[in-house]
Amino acid sequence: MTRFSFIRDLYPSHSRHNPTAQHMPAVFPRHQQTPFQQNPTNESSNSLTSYNQYISTMPIAIGLEGSANKLGVGIIRHTPSQPAEILANIRHTFVSPPGEGFLPKDTAIHHRSWVVKLVKQALRESGVAVADVDCICYTKGPGMGAPLQSVAIAARTLALLWDKPLVGVNHCVGHIEMGREITGADNPVVLYVSGGNTQVIAYADQRYRIFGEALDIAIGNCLDRFARTLNISNDPAPGYNIEQMAKRGKHLIDIPYTVKGMDCSFSGILGFIDAYATDMLSGADKRDPETGEPITPEDLCFSLQETAFAMLVEITERAMAHVGSSQVLIVGGVGCNERLQEMMGIMAAERGGSVYATDERFCIDNGIMIAHAGLLAFQTGFTTPIDESTCTQRFRTDEVLVKWRD
Amino acid sequence: MSRRSIDGTLIKQGAEAHVYKSTFLLPTVPSLIKVRPRKAYRHATLDLRLTKHRCVSEARLLNRCRTMGVPCPAVYFVDERNGEITMEWIEGPSIRELLQRLIDGSRDKRSEGEEEGEGEGESDVLSDSRVLDLMRQIGETVGKLHDIDIIHGDLTTSNLMLRKERRTTLETNSSENTETESNDGGIELLQGNYEVVLIDFGLGQVSVSDEDKAVDLYVLERAFISTHPKASGLFHTILEAYKKNSLGSGIVLRRLQEVRLRGRKKSMIG
Repeated sequence: MTRFSFIRDLYPSHSRHNPTAQHMPAVFPRHQQTPFQQNPTNESSNSLTSYNQYISTMPIAIGLEGSANKLGVGIIRHTPSQPAEILANIRHTFVSPPGEGFLPKDTAIHHRSWVVKLVKQALRESGVAVADVDCICYTKGPGMGAPLQSVAIAARTLALLWDKPLVGVNHCVGHIEMGREITGADNPVVLYVSGGNTQVIAYADQRYRIFGEALDIAIGNCLDRFARTLNISNDPAPGYNIEQMAKRGKHLIDIPYTVKGMDCSFSGILGFIDAYATDMLSGADKRDPETGEPITPEDLCFSLQETAFAMLVEITERAMAHVGSSQVLIVGGVGCNERLQEMMGIMAAERGGSVYATDERFCIDNGIMIAHAGLLAFQTGFTTPIDESTCTQRFRTDEVLVKWRD
Repeated sequence: MSRRSIDGTLIKQGAEAHVYKSTFLLPTVPSLIKVRPRKAYRHATLDLRLTKHRCVSEARLLNRCRTMGVPCPAVYFVDERNGEITMEWIEGPSIRELLQRLIDGSRDKRSEGEEEGEGEGESDVLSDSRVLDLMRQIGETVGKLHDIDIIHGDLTTSNLMLRKERRTTLETNSSENTETESNDGGIELLQGNYEVVLIDFGLGQVSVSDEDKAVDLYVLERAFISTHPKASGLFHTILEAYKKNSLGSGIVLRRLQEVRLRGRKKSMIG
């Protein structure tokens, strides 16, 4: 049971990759007053749900997410013994020019310029009145410092303005809880793969325990940085563009394969393929040893994906064997990658299990997951007092006491 | 590339390999066959490369351990094109099973007696001298392994086994080896002479680097804590024994600190 079919509809203009095309919608011009022309995309599905009868057993939360280059605002309602209702889920992404990553400073400015607009739009779409909101949830960490701070300030402001309790949420737990809610996976092994995180997680004793992780850089970071080397567009996301190019690759080059137990490492792989690409771009003659055909950038994307994803599937399988689970849930931005989902699906099927994945609305950072995880904590009585409403770049998944699960 | 069917009973289907119990040459010599089946999710070229490499390297490592006196199964036969290794059968429980039984056992004992505070059961295991001895043995064995510059690559409590120490190395006949089937799952082994046997060198490598050894220990630490959260206090006993018994342990343990920090630092951008 996988749900990963929506991404194409949302990015119709990118269904064919054209490396020379210059669409760069939200490139951030540093000295302009109103830098962002794009309208926030509306990614909520259930926003038509009319908001009529509110009772206190059906709490509503607003979630603010901005730990990296996506700013997300989501509004969720929990009803006992029913699936959570997504009243609004809006996101706006800061896209940097090809060859560049997103700097904390610029990302923070982006979030600051958009947060008010997004909150207003989310409220409008959901039809929720401010008075009916029960709590304001925000990402406490982990993430990039400056963007986190911008969003934390916005959350604090709303809390004081509307006199609502604040709930600080662990970003990773947000991903996991949203994935479980959407897919209905009950107690899966979780592969959390994004620009900054690569973790294999399983639940035990009210903690999400990390069984394996990347020992150096995250998989998404590896892909993003490789995209910069090849000057691949960051719009809509470098990983997405690599995925499209990889579909046209056919020669597998030998790339280091670095799995250490349930952990893995990507910095060596990035170093290797970066050097290879640089050689290639400067005119070195690289050929496939069997066919004698030249190696293309598409082949590099293909090889990188095949190797790195095989590593991820392998460590996930190892963790599944270790904890005796046959369900696997993929969350995080890289989790949108259909090849990764496909490989994971084959592995899970061989083990007599299944893979659960969500589409980009929930895989990629979003506000609704923060609202959801925050509301779960809020219902167990957890709040973050305003003078403790800090944010932190380092916040381990296993630091959170998961009081809402048995 | 069809692989022949294995003559034996499937006893374990791990993440990477299928393990069969069989016999080698004589019906009285039990053996274990480890088969690495093709992984359909992997690109065929990559799959073949990994399977071959891992099979040969595992056999080499087992051999090296064996020659250098680190307890591990002996290699009988290797068929790397089919991804098969036939090796000695190790009779005994894994440390994982054993620890689990000890923890469950002491908890049961507690709950039968008076109601005491939670967590009492664990402290029993944590202070049990037999368990501490076992932890020391583990540390010692891992120390020995690192002294001969072998990195296991997947140190978990499932990959450490316990078996009765054989008195003579030459005379071990599998027929007299018919272990008395114990109902307490090998806990009584802890009373007598036993040895900790390392299995599954599938991700192992030869390396003199302190970094690799430290990462090896880090993998064990993480596996230990996540598998036995209630017995995580025991891990430092393993490290102490490792420190005493391994030559380069000082540098490796210092390196371990760095590796731990690096692991933790990883909780960055989302």
